[in-house]
Amino acid sequence: MASEKKKGRILSSRHLLGLEGMAGEEIANILDTADALKEILDRPIKKVPTLRGVTVVNLFFEASTRTRLSFELAEKRLSADLMNFSTSGSSVVKGETLLDTARNIEAMRIDVVVVRHQCPGVPGFLADRLSSVVVNAGDGAHEHPTQALLDLLTLRQKFGDIKGLKVAIIGDIAHSRVVKSNIYGLKALGAEVMVCGPPTLIPRDVESLQVKVTHNVDKALEWADTINVLRLQLERQKSGFLPSLREYYWTFGITMERLSRLREAPVILHPGPMNRGVEIESAVADSDYAVILDQVTNGVAVRMAVLVLLSAPEIAV
Amino acid sequence: MKFRVKAKLADADGMRRTLTRLAHEIIERNKGLQNLVLVGMQTRGIHIAGRLKKLINEIEGGDVPSGVLDVTLYRDDFRLKFKQPQVQVTSINFDIDEKNIILVDDVMYTGRTVRAALDALMDLGRAARIQLVVLVDRGHRELPLKPDFVGKNVPTSIGEEVRVRMEESDGEDAILLVEREDLDEEDQADGV
Repeated sequence: MASEKKKGRILSSRHLLGLEGMAGEEIANILDTADALKEILDRPIKKVPTLRGVTVVNLFFEASTRTRLSFELAEKRLSADLMNFSTSGSSVVKGETLLDTARNIEAMRIDVVVVRHQCPGVPGFLADRLSSVVVNAGDGAHEHPTQALLDLLTLRQKFGDIKGLKVAIIGDIAHSRVVKSNIYGLKALGAEVMVCGPPTLIPRDVESLQVKVTHNVDKALEWADTINVLRLQLERQKSGFLPSLREYYWTFGITMERLSRLREAPVILHPGPMNRGVEIESAVADSDYAVILDQVTNGVAVRMAVLVLLSAPEIAV
Repeated sequence: MKFRVKAKLADADGMRRTLTRLAHEIIERNKGLQNLVLVGMQTRGIHIAGRLKKLINEIEGGDVPSGVLDVTLYRDDFRLKFKQPQVQVTSINFDIDEKNIILVDDVMYTGRTVRAALDALMDLGRAARIQLVVLVDRGHRELPLKPDFVGKNVPTSIGEEVRVRMEESDGEDAILLVEREDLDEEDQADGV
């Protein structure tokens, strides 16, 4: 019946380019939808006919295993037709420009473009030029909205409510798109955020995002209800941001020894892939504190929710 | 969208009597509770299923399992409506294979929601039998479907709508016949 249904759109944009500027209510709506869709993943027949006839292309200009598989699975569970594109073996290596690649995709009448690119802003660039719906699957050091949404969903399931939650993000803050999307999302839902890492890997203007900053991992652990441990990209050491990986492990690594000193250990998230023995001790990663595999399951549900919400209206009209 | 209440088709007592009769009919036709399960459709169907469950348990002395079904993902107008879908929870915590399912909805109209529900149930397993119970059948079928148990048959015009109000979600039990004052196309799709 009409009366009790919410009128209008649940999301205000027809693309998902990032979480910056997204209202808490919109984020909560995506998480609610993901919660409802999660049940499909546990069925004997793990498929619903919702996106029958919708064509999705996964445009991955940068390497990715988890995110691409997760999107692919979400698309398949919803019965969408999907195509995969990765840079190797494509015309990009022959010198085709991004815009030409995009126009060719457009000419094939694609409904949804999921894009991962090493340059920040590429999803926005495509959204301005294509009639398809664009979903950002990570663009450079800019945003990775679906990763942040799955982190938020995992926290909401664990804590019930995100409002007032103390979240510390530990690691390479400067080069991480996961951090930015997480900060925007957490702030919109009323969480307190602290970032922690070596001074060389924390951007100088980070306070402008209204987050606390510390260089002492023990202080961050003491303060936080939950921590998000970022992968330390091994090439950072080569480019001179760190003296050595071993030193990083000693100063910032999340170890059982560190956790044992706390009154209560935090819930531990990691976006993967993990470097065991660098940012996180193997025993911690396998402990009950870590919800890393819940994150992976939630990742599929969140991506299904985004696809359902964005590809339902408008394109067909 | 504006609505005007044209008639009250049932009050709390009327609804209670109708539900009691439906409970008796379900038990009679199924000769007991063997393999019987109730599945309520979001949102009012869940409340009606809850009431029927209580009544059936009281009458027959047993405990009928019940679940919740949301058909949003199976709708045939999913990509036609000019708005984003609101997906609600499906929660059926038992195996439906070989079960005798009583599917419960508040109002039956075009039959498209029931079609979606049947597809959704097929994806969850192979039920032995599915029967449909609706509190109100208002006619105007667009698909060859018919409920097995009907609370009230209410002949309506296209411009009218039947509203079931329930204590659990609306604070009162009542069945209302309402009429739209400003009919437009999008709103019409809403009523389905």
